[in-house]
Amino acid sequence: MRIFDPHIHMTSRTTDDYAAMAAHGVQALVEPAFWLGQPRTSVGSFVDYFDALIGWEPFRAAQYGIKHHCTIALNPKEANDPRCREVLEVLPRYLAKDGVVAVGEVGYDSMTPEEDEVFSVQLELAKQFELPVLVHTPHRDKAAGTTRTLDVVKESGLAPNLVVVDHLNEVTVKEVADSGCWMGFSIYPDTKMDPDRMVVILQQFGTERILVNSAADWGKSDPLRTYATGQAMLAAGFTDDDVDQVLWRNPVAFYGQSQRLDLEDTTPEDTFEGNSILRGIKP
Amino acid sequence: MTPADILEELLPGAARTWLTEARQQPLAAVFPAAARKVGRDRLGPAWTTDQAVRALLLVGAPATEVVDVYRYGDAAEKLAVLHALSVADVAEPLQDKALPIVEDAMRTNDQRLVAAALGPYATQHLPQHAFRQAVLKCVFANIPLAVVDGLPRVDQELIRMMSDFAAERSAAGREIPADLEAYLTSPS
Repeated sequence: MRIFDPHIHMTSRTTDDYAAMAAHGVQALVEPAFWLGQPRTSVGSFVDYFDALIGWEPFRAAQYGIKHHCTIALNPKEANDPRCREVLEVLPRYLAKDGVVAVGEVGYDSMTPEEDEVFSVQLELAKQFELPVLVHTPHRDKAAGTTRTLDVVKESGLAPNLVVVDHLNEVTVKEVADSGCWMGFSIYPDTKMDPDRMVVILQQFGTERILVNSAADWGKSDPLRTYATGQAMLAAGFTDDDVDQVLWRNPVAFYGQSQRLDLEDTTPEDTFEGNSILRGIKP
Repeated sequence: MTPADILEELLPGAARTWLTEARQQPLAAVFPAAARKVGRDRLGPAWTTDQAVRALLLVGAPATEVVDVYRYGDAAEKLAVLHALSVADVAEPLQDKALPIVEDAMRTNDQRLVAAALGPYATQHLPQHAFRQAVLKCVFANIPLAVVDGLPRVDQELIRMMSDFAAERSAAGREIPADLEAYLTSPS
């Protein structure tokens, strides 16, 4: 089983997680820029975080043979803090980077006017940089938030196939399916979705335009929930090819729209652990 | 040090064409895009197409721009700037103004950056204590000493530091990197 986790916050995870993910077939992932447990209070904190997402974290992942890409954005929660708004000004610098395959996570947290504005500005940036968009749906008032999200996306004029609406569940999936946007599901130990409920949704809606992620972060979460979902699919009678479509080909197709996905050579290298130690080092 | 004209001759035609156009654009706009525009094929033992193109984009760039491109670069861009410091036409006009770049790379935990930082530019400009720390960091981080330029700068104090490191490893029952031996018996 080859797995591409389309949404996981590796900055919060340990090297044991990387090792376990690699052992269970995770060969590639996308780490969206989001909030941390502790709110940030200055642009500098974001800049260092973004630098880690395009520098240190891909290096860490490479040591386990995992390809690391990221998405960059000002997240909706911190969009409400005026001290963080200037982050919008540094985004273009990061959206130009090779490892950045989408704008995200954008969307709503509390559905404030500030969130409206920051969401719209970033959808425009996505158009300007020709990148797909990863949209977070709110944990509170999710159904209303999802409806409003789809309205804003439609108004922006972005093609729906360039947008994934994430953290969906039984209540919100239909509306997103009808919109033409991609459907994202976060599989969690307790909250959001679990593998068996995910299987039911796949049975109802099919395997196209669906992304399954672990969204593992600093809270109670599990980076192997993607694998568990693959196993649950097989147990329910889905074929290996169905699993490959959901857990690998779908995320490749979605993020591949950035033209920046680099999945060649997923074996560990250039880390001085193997025989490639002198390659390209001494001009 | 590699001269820029020799590096440019290594480039495939399409990369050279892109470079010519890119030279007319602001550095901050073209530098991040270079790899996806010209590809990452290996041109020889020392250079890939993207690294060579990025190095050539830095020829004639003022020090502040070189420092900014490094500061705001992703890992591949930072690596390319460090490689570019081995190109005479990039390094010489900068004098010691690119030293903060080398010092930043030495503070990272990315072995590729650490190794690439220890080229001829570092040999020429790093103060002696920083140079010793850098070489020792390579040993510590399992970076082969063969990548380090500036072996003539190895002095008695560095040999003492390496000997102490070897003793610490032995005391812990851990392996001593094979390439350390040569330094421990170095006549200098």
